[in-house]
Amino acid sequence: MNSTASFNNQQANRFINALVIGAGQAGLSMSHCLTKQGVEHVILERGEVANAWKTERWDSLRLLSPNWQTRLADYSYIGEDPDGFMSCAEYISYLESYADGLQSPIHTGVEVQQVSSMQNGYRVITNLGEWRCRTLVIATGACGKPYIPRLAETLPDDICSLTPKDYRNPQRLSSGGVLIVGASASGLQLASELARSGRRVILATGEQVRMPRTYRGRDIQWWLDQSGLLADRYDEVEDLERLRRLPSAQLVGTGEGDNLDLNTLQDEGVEVVGRLAFIHNDTLQFSGCLANLCKMADLKMRRLLKLVDAFIEQQDYRHEVPAPDVPEDLRVPESPRLELNLQRENIGTVMWATGFRPDYSWLKVPVLDARGRLEHDGGVVSSPGLYVLGLPFMRRRNSQFIDGVGKDAEELSEHLAMYLEQQLHVNQSAIA
Amino acid sequence: MNTQAKIVDNGVNVGALLDAREALTEMPAAAQFQWKADCEWVRGTHARAKVQNFFGLGEDQQHCKEFAFDLDHPEVFAAEDKGITPVEYILVGLAGCLTAGIASVAQNREIQLNRVSCSVEGDMDLQGILGIDKEVRNGYSGIKVSFDIDADASKEDIEALVAQSQKRSAVYDIVTNPTNVQVEVK
Repeated sequence: MNSTASFNNQQANRFINALVIGAGQAGLSMSHCLTKQGVEHVILERGEVANAWKTERWDSLRLLSPNWQTRLADYSYIGEDPDGFMSCAEYISYLESYADGLQSPIHTGVEVQQVSSMQNGYRVITNLGEWRCRTLVIATGACGKPYIPRLAETLPDDICSLTPKDYRNPQRLSSGGVLIVGASASGLQLASELARSGRRVILATGEQVRMPRTYRGRDIQWWLDQSGLLADRYDEVEDLERLRRLPSAQLVGTGEGDNLDLNTLQDEGVEVVGRLAFIHNDTLQFSGCLANLCKMADLKMRRLLKLVDAFIEQQDYRHEVPAPDVPEDLRVPESPRLELNLQRENIGTVMWATGFRPDYSWLKVPVLDARGRLEHDGGVVSSPGLYVLGLPFMRRRNSQFIDGVGKDAEELSEHLAMYLEQQLHVNQSAIA
Repeated sequence: MNTQAKIVDNGVNVGALLDAREALTEMPAAAQFQWKADCEWVRGTHARAKVQNFFGLGEDQQHCKEFAFDLDHPEVFAAEDKGITPVEYILVGLAGCLTAGIASVAQNREIQLNRVSCSVEGDMDLQGILGIDKEVRNGYSGIKVSFDIDADASKEDIEALVAQSQKRSAVYDIVTNPTNVQVEVK
C-alpha cells in the first residue's frame, strides 16, 4: 500500500504502535513481518520505495547475489533465470511489487529529521509533521553515507573527488586517469568498468575479501547458503567487531561466472598499488604493504574454500561435483608504485570506494557509542522499543544482504510484538 | 594413551595481552604511549644512544635498566666501525618486531613454535645519500625478510601467522608508511 507525499489530515499528533523508517528491502520486510504479528504500523520513506536503488547506484550495477537468493520475508524470485543476477531496474520493480502487496501504509516523500525519546515511546519529527510511536524500527540501511578517510581533505581542489554513490558511467567522469581507493566489490567493479572503457586506472588496495564467483561447478553463494555459513549467528562467532568491519566480497554478477579480483583487473590493465597512505600537494604516497594484503586475501580465500570442501565431503557430494578449482594466487607486481604525482600522471578523478557508515545524525536518543555506532544486541537497540535492521553481521553473516534481512525482520518483529504486549499489560495494571 | 591436550607454550603471556587490549579499548587515553631515545655524539660518525624511559598507561615508565647502543659506519666508509649503522638498526627493529608478533599470534592461535629464524636484507643505492643522483632515494629501495619457521602447524597456518604478524607490526607499518617527522634545535 503506497500513499504518496501529502497527508490529507495533518494531525498534530499522529500516534502509532510501530513506525518503520525506510522503504528499502529492510523496511518492507519488517512491514510484512509486523503485519503477520498483527502490529499496527506505518513506514516513512524520505524518497520513494527502493530510493537508494533508484538514486544512488551506477548504471551497469547488478546484484551480487543470484536471483534464487534474492529472497525477502515470504517473497522470492519466480522467473525463468534463477541463476541470473538482477539489474538495478529489475531489482527496483521486484521491491515495488513486494511493496504493493503489503497491507500497511508507506508514506513516501517523508524525511525524518529528528527522533527523540518520550514517555513509553518515540517522537519523530519529519518534513511533514510529527509522529509519535511506541516502537521504532530503523531500516535506513548500513550505507547512509559514504565513509571517506580524513586524508581526502588534503586532495588538491582541481581533482574530482567522488564516491560510488555519485558515479553513473565512464562517460560522465571528468577526463584523465582514475585512482580508485578501496578493494571492495564496488572498487573492483568500477576499476574494471573504467579500464574497459579505455581509462587509465590505478587501484589503491586495502583489506580484501577475495572470493571466486563459482567453485566446483556452483555459484559461491550456493555453497555459502547450503553449508550454513551465511546463517552463522552473531553471538556464536569470534571477533565479531572485525567481521562487522570487513569490506564487501570481491564479486560481480555478470551472469557469465566471471571472477573479479586483482588478477582479472591486472589483465584488464589496472595498476595495483598498496593502501593510500599520504597526500602532499599533487603527490600521493602508497603503503608498501601490497604483498602482505594479497597474501592474506589468498590465505583467507583458501580457508573459505576448504570449508566448502569439508561440506562437500560431509554431504558426500564429492562424486557429483568437479574437483577443487581454487583460483591461482594473486600476482603482486615486483615493486609496486609507492608514489603518484596526479598532475604529471594526468589523474583527473579519485574515487573513494572506502565503504559506508549508517547516518544517525537525526537520532537524538542516547544509543550511540563514542564512535557513533548504534549500541544494539542483534538489532535490539539499548533503548527499549527501538530496533535496527540491515547492519553488517547484525544477527547473522548475511544480515546486511538482501537474503538475510527477512529472517532478521521476522525475529525482531516477534521481539517488538512481545514488547508491545508487555507495555500494554503494564499500562492496564497501572490503570487497574 | 595420553589424551591430554598438549599445552602450547611460546613464552608469551597472551592472556595479559588480551586483557590489556580489552582494558585499553575501554580507556583509550591509557593506550597513548611515547617511546624515547637519547643520543650523544662521540666522535666522527660514532654516536651512542641510550634508552630507558618511556611513557604509557597514563604515567612514566622504565625499562629494568638503561640499554646503550653504539652507532657508527663501517671501515669501508672510512669510519671506525664502533657499532652498526643506523639503517641496520631499522632492519634489527623490523626483524625483532615481526618475530615477536609471530610468537604472540602463534600463542593466541595455540600453535607451538619450535624454531623461528629470519634474515633481513635491505637494498640501498648509495647514489642517494651521496647526492650523486637525485632520482635515487636516500632510504632503502626495498626490504626483503625471509622467515624459516619450524612449528606444529601446516604450511598455510604458518604463512597466516607471518601475514598476521605483518598486519599488526608497528615497525612494518613504520617502514611501509610515511610518518610526519619534526626535527627542532633547542
